[in-house]
Amino acid sequence: MSELTVPAQAGAPAAESGLMVQAEQVHKSFGHLEVLKGIDLEVRSGEVCCLLGPSGSGKSTFLRCINHLEKINAGRIRVDGELIGYREHGGKLHELRQKEVAAQRRSIGMVFQRFNLFPHMTALENVIEAPVRVKRESKAEARERAEALLARVGLGDKMGNYPGQLSGGQQQRVAIARALAMQPKLMLFDEPTSALDPELVGEVLDVMKDLARDGMTMIVVTHEIGFAREVGDSLVFMDGGVVVEQGNPREVIANPQHDRTKAFLAKVL
Amino acid sequence: MASEEVTTVRARPEPIRAVPVRHPGRWITVAVLAVLAAMFVHVLVTNKAFNWSFMVDKMFRPPIIEGLLRGTVLMTVVAMVIGVALGVLVAIMRLSDNPILRAVGWLYTWFFRAVPRLVLLAVFGNIGILWSRIEFGVPFDTQLGQLFGIDNLQLRLFGFSSRDILTGFMAGLLGLALSEAAYMAEIVRAGIQSVDGGQTEAAQALGMSRGQLLRRVVLPQAMRVIIPPTGNETIAMLKDTSLLLYVPVSVELFFQLDAVGKRTFQIFPMYVAACLWYLFLTSILLVGQYFLERHFGKGYGPAGRARLRLRTIAAEQGGGGQGTAGV
Ligand SMILES: Nc1ncnc2c1ncn2[C@@H]1O[C@H](COP(=O)(O)OP(=O)(O)O)[C@@H](O)[C@H]1O
Ligand SMILES: [Mg+2]
Repeated sequence: MSELTVPAQAGAPAAESGLMVQAEQVHKSFGHLEVLKGIDLEVRSGEVCCLLGPSGSGKSTFLRCINHLEKINAGRIRVDGELIGYREHGGKLHELRQKEVAAQRRSIGMVFQRFNLFPHMTALENVIEAPVRVKRESKAEARERAEALLARVGLGDKMGNYPGQLSGGQQQRVAIARALAMQPKLMLFDEPTSALDPELVGEVLDVMKDLARDGMTMIVVTHEIGFAREVGDSLVFMDGGVVVEQGNPREVIANPQHDRTKAFLAKVL
Repeated sequence: MASEEVTTVRARPEPIRAVPVRHPGRWITVAVLAVLAAMFVHVLVTNKAFNWSFMVDKMFRPPIIEGLLRGTVLMTVVAMVIGVALGVLVAIMRLSDNPILRAVGWLYTWFFRAVPRLVLLAVFGNIGILWSRIEFGVPFDTQLGQLFGIDNLQLRLFGFSSRDILTGFMAGLLGLALSEAAYMAEIVRAGIQSVDGGQTEAAQALGMSRGQLLRRVVLPQAMRVIIPPTGNETIAMLKDTSLLLYVPVSVELFFQLDAVGKRTFQIFPMYVAACLWYLFLTSILLVGQYFLERHFGKGYGPAGRARLRLRTIAAEQGGGGQGTAGV
């Protein structure tokens, strides 16, 4: 009876609950290696959540689970109330088709540590590609928005350049513009400044701060404690595939409760 | 001022006038090669078996030129076009998530790479023995008919005599193209695998479908790796059209030269003519390949782009060098 009336997604949309991301007991294994051991995480709409943790603690894996680049083994991930990768029907999970997964990814932007720009396309072409091919926008419309986005990230004069002709910081800003061009409701950043020379980190963080001020919901894996303190609404510390500690970034950084958090912060501060 | 002081203190040393190392071995080699070359030319000129005037007279005759244009050049072009297209398809099958497609792709490359081209062409030339007619319709229609008690049920849409469709040219084309597809599949597969996995991930994260990410992101980058060996394959294909003799395909260069040779009992001159024609044709392709490789060997995309990039790198390094020198 209820199976017929309840919509396919059991979770309430963000408009009602205010939650953009809900992760419940997320487990993920690669073969015998269990990388995520039950992650619970909630990110409210418009919030910036900073994800910290030592290398190998599963931060990237968790981020990749959120847009279904990795299949989770147990638990649930909902974005804007919609179950990611599956449909719940009659008490059973059904895998979504490739097409449906792709549709879910459109509203989730992702920025990678190593930029992953398309090297055979100019900065402008990189930004236009997905809106035109995936969303079937008109070239003119996509181009107009792409130009505005590139200008916003401070690259109005580099639109015709190929990624190989741009510095790391410029490439990463193009990558952010490329993700924003799809008008996502959630942005995932996986160590966006870790591959950059120190003097180039600031320009990328500035773009991200600007984005946060505009109310974009963001999950940011980073080792930039200053950024977490200044921009973060919540901080999650992960280690060994579990969430060790979470809370207000300023409080957690000033006064970590857990030994592992203390040890980690002592190293990166 | 300062430089004058330097010259007075330390005089410019005399330019070096050393005795160069002698290479007597090189001169001996040159002498030996010169003698061998002279002997070779002597044979070419004096040995009557070459019968040069006969060869030159025959090698430009219309049937031979027609064979060259249709059976060699056209066949190479069409077989390569089909081979590349089908090869891309098989490569994508072999890299698919679908285990059935993967298996079919593997089976295809296994079969067509394991059977020698010559044997394959002989088989295709005689495939008319298997079926006198090729028809399209419901498979196993007669057997299905018997199951329901209908005698000799025929559900055929259209068909043609295999002698009409599998003429020499079609049979030869099929043999060469299908075999080429197997080799191209391996080349394309290597090209696709050479593209950084981050590219696929970025495209997927943007919501691209598998087809879109292959067409727009992966294949254009794989081209750098795919193009040079494809040039080699084209040259090999041009030479392998001579194997069409065994289909047989009559409108073909080697078939025609061979026929003239056998008819006139002047086999050797016509085989020399074949050598000269293939040398000429492959040389043209080699020139083309040189420019293609120069074009694709330089980093990403058109040469101009790579040059620009080199210039920016040089500028950066130059700037850095000046900076340290100043300190
Ligand atoms: N595709 C994969 N196959 C096998 N092991 C993996 C794979 N991806 C990540 N891992 C392993 O999972 C663990 C967590 O990796 P990751 O999520 O990248 O950590 P982090 O981003 O926190 O440094 C590491 O031990 C890593 O080796
Ligand atoms: Mg990581």
